[in-house]
Amino acid sequence: MVNALAVEARGLTVVRGRREVLHDLSLGVPAGSVVGLLGPSGSGKTTLMRSVAGSQRIRSGTLRVLGLTAGSRSLRARVGYATQAGSVYDDLTVEQNLRYFARVLGAPAGDPSRVLAEVDLEDHANRMVGRLSGGQRSRVSLGVALLGTPELLVLDEPTVGLDPVLRADLWSLFRRLADRGVTLLVSSHVMDEARRCDRILILREGALLADETPEGLLALTGTEDAEDAFLALAGGKVA
Amino acid sequence: MNPRLTAATTRRVLEQIRHDPRTVGLLLVVPSLLIGLMAWIFNDGRLFSAVGPDLLGLFPFIIMFLITSITTLRERRSGTLERLMTTPLGRFDFIVGYAIAFGLLAVVQSLIAVGFAVWVCGLSVQGNAWLLVLVAVANALLGTTLGLFASAFAATEFQVVQFMPLLVFPQALLGGIFVPRDRMPDVLRAISDWLPLTHAIEAFQHAAGTTDSGSVLREVAVVLAWAVAFTALGSVTLRRRTA
Ligand SMILES: Nc1ncnc2c1ncn2[C@@H]1O[C@H](COP(=O)(O)OP(=O)(O)OP(=O)(O)O)[C@@H](O)[C@H]1O
Ligand SMILES: [Mg+2]
Repeated sequence: MVNALAVEARGLTVVRGRREVLHDLSLGVPAGSVVGLLGPSGSGKTTLMRSVAGSQRIRSGTLRVLGLTAGSRSLRARVGYATQAGSVYDDLTVEQNLRYFARVLGAPAGDPSRVLAEVDLEDHANRMVGRLSGGQRSRVSLGVALLGTPELLVLDEPTVGLDPVLRADLWSLFRRLADRGVTLLVSSHVMDEARRCDRILILREGALLADETPEGLLALTGTEDAEDAFLALAGGKVA
Repeated sequence: MNPRLTAATTRRVLEQIRHDPRTVGLLLVVPSLLIGLMAWIFNDGRLFSAVGPDLLGLFPFIIMFLITSITTLRERRSGTLERLMTTPLGRFDFIVGYAIAFGLLAVVQSLIAVGFAVWVCGLSVQGNAWLLVLVAVANALLGTTLGLFASAFAATEFQVVQFMPLLVFPQALLGGIFVPRDRMPDVLRAISDWLPLTHAIEAFQHAAGTTDSGSVLREVAVVLAWAVAFTALGSVTLRRRTA
């Protein structure tokens, strides 16, 4: 498994509306690793994640996920996807949301309680999602992605709006999952989170700017911390 | 289609509605209120018995159309539909799950509306009153499935509301509620022959005014065929991949 790629894009091109959003993108996500997806707003992170999850129409190129074409029927229970907007039902309780998605995914009956603990929402199980805080709501959405036994998790900014303690908790959860062999593709705007990844992919204007380890990124940009490295890359100082 | 996933979806939709008691109340009571108002306006049992069946056909249809199209539009806009489409849930599981949930509500709504029209407002029924309930349920299902289909073409709630005058009012006008169909120009009459609401209204007229249950069931079959067609069309509009 060491060298296997959970996600492999070759010449991936995606058009949204009339604009080409991803241009001839080639990249790989090693199986069993945590890969951070970084880049300025509008650089195409969500579009790439939608493509991997199978909900984005692709113009050209190939995209293989767990050895199959992205969006294949048999991937549907093997890939967990949490969208940036947190797609859950506001007019259901936390538990009802988890129970419904667990049924849809064919997950074991005990899964909702396991997930409630993992995203630290046990005290809110019976509250309506629409009345939760932004961070609590996004944790419900993350919880849905954790149901069943996904081999690949595609998480679009899962830690937005969370305090540092919760964020650290979630990143340890991501690490534990990766240790179990799960692959995680996680987008983020918070640079200190990048340090917790095995590899970092940086997108700018729909093209891959860097595919590095956190240390390699610092060395490449000659900077001391991830924030400066990002500024150097996003500002175009390193080609 | 997978019955387990369909049932899970029906249950989820009903859970959502249960959290909104005001909608449930409006859904169940409003058709009866409108029918009561009409009975009062006509203030004449014979005249009311002539239009009562049309109203039974119209109000639940409109209400179910609006509720379903807005609920499914919300599902498209909130991203939950996109998420569901990345799971093993099938398109028919989604649509049929919705249709069953709203169909169950329609049964309760129809029982109340028909009961109110017959026992409180004095609508005279020549045939079997249960047949009237059957027609009402079929008609509410028609509204539900048309709403599911129409929501695919609306980007906002405002647009959905505009579909009322576009898709529903012409059918009501051509269905013979205001001018009997045999007095319409030939072209309009030919068009109205094809419209689903026309058959729903005919079914109500036959059920209330005749003892000919065969012709009622024939019209109900046409209404249900349209409901199936809208379900199929609606499922085509559900895309796993979007641009
Ligand atoms: N539905 C759409 N139709 C047309 N263009 C779109 C659509 N969604 C996004 N885009 C465009 O595609 C580009 C990439 O968007 P995307 O959402 O992938 O960016 P992102 O990197 O996730 O940004 P953010 O960090 O703000 O979430 C943007 O220029 C955006 O304007
Ligand atoms: Mg995004």
